Amino acid sequence: MTNQFQSNTPIYLQLVNNFKHRIVSGELTVGSKLESVRDLALYFEVNPNTMQRALAELERDGLVFAERTTGRFITKDKELIIKMRESVAQEIIDQFILQMSSLGFSNQEAVNLFIKKIEERSV
Amino acid sequence: MNTQITNKPSDAKLNLLNVSNLSKMYPKKLALSGINLTLEPGHIVGLLGPNGSGKTTLLKILAGVIKDYNGTVTINGIPIGPETKALVSYLPDNSYFSPWMTPLNMISMFKDFYTDFSEDKCLEMLHKLGLNEKQRINTMSKGMIEKFQLCLVMSRKAMFYILDEPIGGVDPAARDYILDTILSNYEPNSTILMSTHLISDVERIFDTVIFLKEGEIVLQGDIDNIRAVEDKSIDQLFREVFKC
Repeated sequence: MTNQFQSNTPIYLQLVNNFKHRIVSGELTVGSKLESVRDLALYFEVNPNTMQRALAELERDGLVFAERTTGRFITKDKELIIKMRESVAQEIIDQFILQMSSLGFSNQEAVNLFIKKIEERSV
Repeated sequence: MNTQITNKPSDAKLNLLNVSNLSKMYPKKLALSGINLTLEPGHIVGLLGPNGSGKTTLLKILAGVIKDYNGTVTINGIPIGPETKALVSYLPDNSYFSPWMTPLNMISMFKDFYTDFSEDKCLEMLHKLGLNEKQRINTMSKGMIEKFQLCLVMSRKAMFYILDEPIGGVDPAARDYILDTILSNYEPNSTILMSTHLISDVERIFDTVIFLKEGEIVLQGDIDNIRAVEDKSIDQLFREVFKC
């Protein structure tokens, strides 16, 4: 897992995004148990305190919950996951619109290019 | 440099390390000038600074190797001395082995010296790093000696690890293994203070960094807060702060 982090943004935020992505994509299943902070830190090769901070952030967002003696779990709230999935999608679309307009494409041109690409891929 | 991101003040009794107004004068050179520093248990701290900024001097004082200094230094509330040496596992910047020795000789010495030393752990690490416990030190390469020294130091169950340039001479593959070793052997309640020049290789394992410049601390704080405030990697920031 080495070197997958961009070094100019806080690592804990990158970990939060990594987990978010894997939760909304279904890679981490609803209600499943997370490994211990220590094991996760080793897997990502980061400081345990950094991992702890990322998990605390996910808890605040409600995507992860802690049970006193047994550990941390992925939320069972499917609606929250759906909402989070949509908001991640919105961010990606915003990025697309921003970048296309910075290249000088009009909205209509951007949409046309997008549709064309999707049709090519589905052939 | 106007960013001073300080850790929140806490009860002095809880601090692992308390350094106040520490200065060290070498003949014709001020190595450390009025250092104030506190570290809590449970952190991995990077001590960064260019050559001659005082890193090794500071670490030697904390390890109890340099005894003539001004100011007060306590570890776990105890002034530096024989008692604190038992709490500290120190990796010096150069090797202290005699050339005729083998790792086995050293391991038995460490077993005698330190009750918190685990021989099994040391041998396991040694083998993983491709070393042979029966090979004489004077037939080992610089990198092999460094690896072995780190095995010894990390095989103690200490409260405070002080590592002076632990990965300087080792190849990148072994470097990754060593960083993993540090992470996996690190006890949640112990603290590791580590100096290095290879910032980009190790910055992911730090949670706190200290920048030392001409014997003074110019920046200290939580590494992710610094990244967020500066929007830079620690490596980039270092290059800017210490631009020649």
